[in-house]
Amino acid sequence: MKAQGLEQGAVIDGYTIGQRLHQGGMATIWSVTHPDISSPILMKVPNLFEGEDPAAIVSFEMEQMILPRLVGPHVPHFHAAGDFQPQAYIVMERVEGQSLLGMINDLPLPVDQVAALGADIATALDDLHGQHVVHLDVKPSNLMRRPDGRIVLVDFGLSRHDQLPDLMAEEFRLPYGTAPYMAPEQVLGIRNEPRADLFALGVLMYFFATGTRPFGDPQSLNGLKRRIWRDPVPPRTLRPDIPPWFQELVLRCLEVDPDARHPTAAQLAFDLRHPEGVRLTQRATKKKADGFFTALRRRFAGERVRQVRRGAQSNYISSAPIILLALDLSGASDDLTDGLRQTVARLLRAAPASRLACLNVLKLARLAIDRSVDDLGQNKHAQRLGALKRWAAPLNLSEDRLTYHILEAVDPAAAILDYVARNRVDHVVIGARADSTLRTLLGSVSAQVAAHAPCTVTIVRNRAFGQDEGAASAAVS
Amino acid sequence: MRLALMADIHANREAFDACLEHAAGQRIDQYMLLGDYVGYGADPGYVVDRIMDLCAKGADAVIGNHDAAISGDTRGMNPIAATAIGWTRDQLNQTHQEFLGGLPYSIDTDGRLFVHAEATDPPRFGYITNTESAARDLHESQANAVFCGHVHMPAIYGITATEKVMRHVPVTGVPVPLPRHRRWLVVLGSVGQPRDGNPDACYGILDTVKCEIIFHRVAYDIEAAAQKILAAGLPDFLATRLFIGR
Ligand SMILES: Nc1ncnc2c1ncn2[C@@H]1O[C@H](COP(=O)(O)OP(=O)(O)OP(=O)(O)O)[C@@H](O)[C@H]1O
Repeated sequence: MKAQGLEQGAVIDGYTIGQRLHQGGMATIWSVTHPDISSPILMKVPNLFEGEDPAAIVSFEMEQMILPRLVGPHVPHFHAAGDFQPQAYIVMERVEGQSLLGMINDLPLPVDQVAALGADIATALDDLHGQHVVHLDVKPSNLMRRPDGRIVLVDFGLSRHDQLPDLMAEEFRLPYGTAPYMAPEQVLGIRNEPRADLFALGVLMYFFATGTRPFGDPQSLNGLKRRIWRDPVPPRTLRPDIPPWFQELVLRCLEVDPDARHPTAAQLAFDLRHPEGVRLTQRATKKKADGFFTALRRRFAGERVRQVRRGAQSNYISSAPIILLALDLSGASDDLTDGLRQTVARLLRAAPASRLACLNVLKLARLAIDRSVDDLGQNKHAQRLGALKRWAAPLNLSEDRLTYHILEAVDPAAAILDYVARNRVDHVVIGARADSTLRTLLGSVSAQVAAHAPCTVTIVRNRAFGQDEGAASAAVS
Repeated sequence: MRLALMADIHANREAFDACLEHAAGQRIDQYMLLGDYVGYGADPGYVVDRIMDLCAKGADAVIGNHDAAISGDTRGMNPIAATAIGWTRDQLNQTHQEFLGGLPYSIDTDGRLFVHAEATDPPRFGYITNTESAARDLHESQANAVFCGHVHMPAIYGITATEKVMRHVPVTGVPVPLPRHRRWLVVLGSVGQPRDGNPDACYGILDTVKCEIIFHRVAYDIEAAAQKILAAGLPDFLATRLFIGR
């Protein structure tokens, strides 16, 4: 059980130790090589000195349990783990590129850049949450950016897997986390709330956009608890050129009650990528933190703490899907658009925290420069947007659950699929053209989407009544 | 090595057969049977025959409180259990009874202890239902890991670095790591009479190389098992509870 003995050139289970990459409080990270592995790898070894914080051991065990079960581009690929005798270690992919820690020298950053980064982080978090894990230590040094731009989450030492024993929970009275970023529920010892990661992301975005940490860097438990009753100074007060939508989103992340935040990381990512669709509330225009006496009352009423505990009990992941409606406005019959609306309405009713994105693809013959204005000088975009809104009106959805999108593309199916992947859509509803002659000529968009989308796809098709099936195609045209 | 762990079969032929069939496809090296083969269910003779057969082929088995009651007394049992034992005794022949009576209370191999109930005093058949009883068991036994049944609800207890005990309810089909440097107490679910609200038969597979345990739930013909209980004139409750797993 020793980490000190390691040095460059040593060989453990076939891994040759190279350079020391990082000496942290809990662990040391070495670059390693293995004859059978050609990609860059590293070895993480816990610091197990005499009298060391037992958290170092337990958090290392948690990471050993959790990392091997995670897959995909948003986590380092797991290679191997070593038992505590003779030497505890984890070997994993060495992610190219830098952690986001270096960026804090250049704060504040432009809002657009922070929003884009925030969206990428939220996408990575959504992927992690979908794999049953809450990270619980989201901060710049635990986020890395791959050369292709995707965010990788590292360090699962404080994480919670909802299907595995939680060794951290029983072990420590004090909440574990990083003081500036910790969500109120985490401060209270609640470890199974995925939206705690959205709070931490809100802190990061606030910090990156203003250069100031919303809750400072408290050093005591009392200081940590302050965030339960004391709200931060609104970012626009620090930097007036921050747009209201950005303040809206950041302050929503920083809501004390988890239920008041976005229901999922995917929905937050969605809003960050579509600022024009963000519904503004009083958060957007708030000019200063709540008064001293309001905060004081909150502190002593205790209601806040109850609220946090209550909110954190609700389970969220599957109940807040993003539903995409792909509407073909060109030749669809009224019956089909009605059918689509009924299907969508049913899905929305079933999941009250869901949201709907209505999408239409303007099909281009080829890529052209001046394409938004047609021969009559009418703006096709505006026209289509109007049509989408008319279609959605009978659904009576509140603004915050509904957005509209017009894409332009040569290949509509590819554009829809790209949209689905980028926005982590959970369910696509799409109509199928009844006219099979046209379908053969143009290729079926719905079939392509259904075949390739990484989520549920519902195809709505009109039944052809009053004719036998063999004759249907001829009769429709 | 992969060990199939089965506890609390309770003369439920359909459930036991379903688990054995499931396990047959799981590359099992060894069967460990954790007691209470009889009592409650309608097929004690069949189940004991199969257990004897498995043991002849290398399986290991410990005795449960219902098995002990066949040749002993039923004092301390609730009236329904005592009624069932009386009926069961008449269904078992001499060989069955001698086999059950001759089973050990516990088996200790490679630092792993297999026992029907609490390990501190096996003949007492105490229940492990919370972190306190688990802590007592882990503190007093020398084993690195204890595997038992008796409660009919799966749970995993572990002693952490600071000697605190944590409790985890395993999720079906998700392997739980049991690292060697900690000590563990694993309570198996029940094959023949689950009580955790899930009526499917429950058993576990321990992988001693990967140091992991996985719990499986296996659907079986509950109706057939329940019909036989009613036909045998055993208390109705023993049949109806199978459908709800309580
Ligand atoms: N898979 C990886 N690929 C590349 N770099 C990594 C990887 N994992 C970690 N790092 C780098 O090492 C740093 C520390 O990693 P990690 O947080 O896992 O260790 P730690 O000892 O818990 O850190 P600390 O105690 O400093 O918070 C990260 O900020 C990152 O820069």
